[in-house]
Amino acid sequence: MSDNVIEARGLLKLYGAQRAVDAIDLDIRRGEIFGLLGPNGAGKTTTILMMLGLTEISGGSVEVLGFNPVRQPLEVKRRVGYLPDAVGFYDHLTARENLIYTARLLAIPRSQIGRRIMEAMESVQLADVVDKRVATYSRGMRQRLGIAEIVMKKAEIAILDEPTSGLDPHATFELLEMIRGLKRMGVAVLLSSHLLDRVQSVCDRVALFSKGRIALMGTVVELANQVLGAGHPILVEASGIDIAAALRGIEGVQKVMPEGPQGSEGGAWRVVADRDVRAAAAQRIVSAGGALTRLADLQPSLEEVYTRYFQEARHAA
Amino acid sequence: MPRKAGQREGSPFTGLGPVFMKEFSDHLSSARMMVLMLFVIAFGALTVAPSLTELRNVTESDPFLFLRIFTSASSRVPFSFTAALGFTIPLLAIGLGFDSVNGEFNRRTLSRVLSQPIYRDALLLGKFLGALATLAVALVALWLIVLGAGLLLLGLPPRGVEVARGVGFLAVAIAYGGVWLAASMLFSVIFRSTATSALCALGVWLFFLIVWPLVVPTIVVAFASPDMMSGRASIDETLALIQFQSVLDRLSPNTLFGEAVIGLLNPETRTLGPIIQSQMYGAIMGAPLPFGQSLLLIWPQITGLIAGMIVVFAAAYIIFQREEVRA
Repeated sequence: MSDNVIEARGLLKLYGAQRAVDAIDLDIRRGEIFGLLGPNGAGKTTTILMMLGLTEISGGSVEVLGFNPVRQPLEVKRRVGYLPDAVGFYDHLTARENLIYTARLLAIPRSQIGRRIMEAMESVQLADVVDKRVATYSRGMRQRLGIAEIVMKKAEIAILDEPTSGLDPHATFELLEMIRGLKRMGVAVLLSSHLLDRVQSVCDRVALFSKGRIALMGTVVELANQVLGAGHPILVEASGIDIAAALRGIEGVQKVMPEGPQGSEGGAWRVVADRDVRAAAAQRIVSAGGALTRLADLQPSLEEVYTRYFQEARHAA
Repeated sequence: MPRKAGQREGSPFTGLGPVFMKEFSDHLSSARMMVLMLFVIAFGALTVAPSLTELRNVTESDPFLFLRIFTSASSRVPFSFTAALGFTIPLLAIGLGFDSVNGEFNRRTLSRVLSQPIYRDALLLGKFLGALATLAVALVALWLIVLGAGLLLLGLPPRGVEVARGVGFLAVAIAYGGVWLAASMLFSVIFRSTATSALCALGVWLFFLIVWPLVVPTIVVAFASPDMMSGRASIDETLALIQFQSVLDRLSPNTLFGEAVIGLLNPETRTLGPIIQSQMYGAIMGAPLPFGQSLLLIWPQITGLIAGMIVVFAAAYIIFQREEVRA
């Protein structure tokens, strides 16, 4: 068996004449966290639903763990955990009762149900509220309960649709930790989001969706090189000298651009070089009599990649 | 694109049991069911109590005295227990079914449940059977209460054949409830809003309760020939017209239920349609039919109710299969 848990080839979804998902190719590897990113309506959720056999496939093929979700949806759904966008539980039941229902649907042996529920609830730190009605749960707790359901299921793949939307920063942080926890258990995670900076921190690889197509795919660094140009960006902030002139002379520097609206002298500058030039830059500025106030290594940000890419796409159109 | 039958693997009934059990226990413990039951019991008591007090004073021997509890209307309350049930069963069924699918959709539990190893078939059928079982429990309980009250107040045990007819009546009542349950679930599949589906189901119920009995004679008159109006029509023509009227009448589940109940609980009933003099030759007026013959008489009504239930459920099933689960 190959190392891919999900393989899509030419996957197509038509709503009338509109191509919601336009012949995409996608591989998800075992044990990785893969992010499907893109604006709302770009086809992320539709792609997910096709992988689960919850909506018809108009063309192409997709295999999940070697099963065809159209013909063998039960096999797929037995092995894949799905956390839908804004997941709902039965409010009048307790968390335990909700999970018991799922466990029965999964045909988990009765003798194991209690233990597996408690293990799953402990892994998402909800064990103390397992007998509270879900109506009393906050949004973040519901999302965690959704993760607990996937843990209880012992899924091989977890598909999370917008898991962090509507959560406060603390709840988001906790949830992302739990997603990393899933990865540690050996679960391949496929998550979709339009919140890029948060997703960037957990994803091994990402695919950028745009109008039903995958515009870019790879690791965040690869995408940054592709869109923002190869190189190592740093941020330099100093006063008292002409930074641009001082920095252009350094070996390996390709571009020096003002960062923000300020003028030629002083202020913040972005420097792109083919290697880390922080040491050389600091030396130059100090020896030229400037006061160095900030020197930072700029991680390529997905947000930037995303914005730049779609700007360019718009200009090209 | 319709999914071709036989292409998908695994039993469509995987997970039916858990869905059924959950629906059944949810319904039985819900506040809504309590309210509906109170409503049904109040209506039942309202009709049974006066007819029981009147039946206590009956002195002539009546072999089917027990069945009269169900069918006789007292002088104070102008309709019988069965008529009250004809009115309350649809309400009970609509109350149980109107939000079964769109309620899950609105609570956003539908996609989560469908992502478990279960086909939509099992979900819809489990919901239907769960609600039908609830309905059956409610009706059996009500039936036993009436039976018990009859035993206590009349001081006379029902005969075996009366119990058999009573059980038959129970089965018909459950099938009748099934029709309305399927109808209300159909609307819950069609509409996203639970209020809309409840209104539509109630609208159909009111239509068959009030409008249809008024419309049918109008349609029949429109089809009548001028001869009929002047009373010069042949017997065949008249019979054909009456039959046309009963066909239209029987499109309403209320009519089918009413006729089946009459056939079962009034053993004297020989026919549900027109009868001509020659057919009465040799018959003893007022003599009851054996149970088997009564059953034969109302067999078309029973199959009609069950067929209606299946057709409406199938429609809901087909629409549900094609529905998108995403919000």
